[in-house]
Amino acid sequence: MSTRAIAVENVKTGEVTEAVYEHPFVVRLCHWVNVVSLFVLVGSGLQIFRAFPSFGAKIPQKDLLHWPKAFALGGWLGGALQWHLTFMWIYMATGLLYLGYQVFSGNYKQVLFMPRDVPGVWPMVRHYFFFGPKPPVKEAYNPLQKHAYTSVIGLGVLSVLTGLAVWKPVQFSWLVSMMGGFHLARLWHFLVMWAILAFVFGHLVMVILHGWNNFVSMLTGWKKDPEYLSK
Amino acid sequence: MNSLVDNRKFKSINRRELLKLAPVVALGAFAIPKLQKPLLKIGLGFSDWASSKLFRSGHLAPTFADSELTPFSKFPINDYDVDDPQVDVDRWTLTVSGAVQKPGEYTLAQIQALPQVRQNTRHVCVEGWDVIGRFGGVRLSDFLKMIGADTTARFVTVECADDYYESLDMATAMHPQSLLCYEMYDEPLTRQHGAPLRLTLPTKIGYKQAKYLTDLKVTHVLEKVGYWEDQGYSYFYGL
Repeated sequence: MSTRAIAVENVKTGEVTEAVYEHPFVVRLCHWVNVVSLFVLVGSGLQIFRAFPSFGAKIPQKDLLHWPKAFALGGWLGGALQWHLTFMWIYMATGLLYLGYQVFSGNYKQVLFMPRDVPGVWPMVRHYFFFGPKPPVKEAYNPLQKHAYTSVIGLGVLSVLTGLAVWKPVQFSWLVSMMGGFHLARLWHFLVMWAILAFVFGHLVMVILHGWNNFVSMLTGWKKDPEYLSK
Repeated sequence: MNSLVDNRKFKSINRRELLKLAPVVALGAFAIPKLQKPLLKIGLGFSDWASSKLFRSGHLAPTFADSELTPFSKFPINDYDVDDPQVDVDRWTLTVSGAVQKPGEYTLAQIQALPQVRQNTRHVCVEGWDVIGRFGGVRLSDFLKMIGADTTARFVTVECADDYYESLDMATAMHPQSLLCYEMYDEPLTRQHGAPLRLTLPTKIGYKQAKYLTDLKVTHVLEKVGYWEDQGYSYFYGL
């Protein structure tokens, strides 16, 4: 991998540690813009859902769940739509910038789950969930991480496609048919949101477990003394 | 191999990289009450502009088999005020004005003299539900032709007996599936569904499909957009 690494010398102690530029600027920018977009889109999406909290017929209406207004954004259906229709553009632009950057810079290799990563998945699962031994760390992301990040990017794409189907079922009627009809497109859009939220939950747990140094790397790009460089 | 820097230099590198993320903070403008409304207005305006670009005049909304119709009894009735604004259907006329060669009062019989169209199309409500209904009427484009409308005008606006009002972009008004609808499920419109005349627009969201029409105007300028739009809903809302 072509990650930039430097040695950092502490002028007082003379101690030398290594640091790696792990997250390029565009990736960090997209990450934090996306944090805001996702927050707004999920909050306003749930408010929109409150207007018809069902995936069945209107008559008779069987509500799936009563989502509390306190955990929704926009105040009313019209307000929530304003947020949703504004931030969906920011979300899509961020996604395009991210994907374009990853592809053209080659940085996608850091995160893209490949067939060669498959054998490494089970040892990581065993380590995280069943107290197994820790597999050696060879690169910035372990196979399970790559799997998670690649999946969530796929979910992001799905969130856009299902959203387009719900927003423009006539212009994108082919998308609607691919999803099994308007009713189902709306349901997929809803389920994709929960899948993304499940990722966010797991992501936050891991960020907390991995501590400050790891967290800061998504702000500055630099990670001090990464495991995969230690001898 | 690796270049060597001291920890103070490293700190300043880190600070510079952090500062590059400043644009993210700009999104915080959405949290400032004074800026929130105008920003969301811009966002919605952009969305509507993109919607009008995505609209294709020749692209038809999907149509459905009779077996796929939602039963008439399960076709929801949404109104903002009253189910039945007490229109005297027998003496009803549609008042036509604006950029047309033949303004005046049009009777239901005059409208029904135009070629009849019946179509099974999806009706999508902004709330999220949808039904497939059978709508009969005349093409709005045929009617506009009959009244000698200036189709280079930008908008067609309607007023309703229940004081509801709506406006349409000319491209949607000219769409072959946009109807002046006088029957549903092969029966004359019931009072609750907008008798004697309503709009059916398979390429638009439900709230644009006004009921109980009384006035129709062809115009270059909009004084008001629509009952819901003027409260903050999307103007174009094309499906």
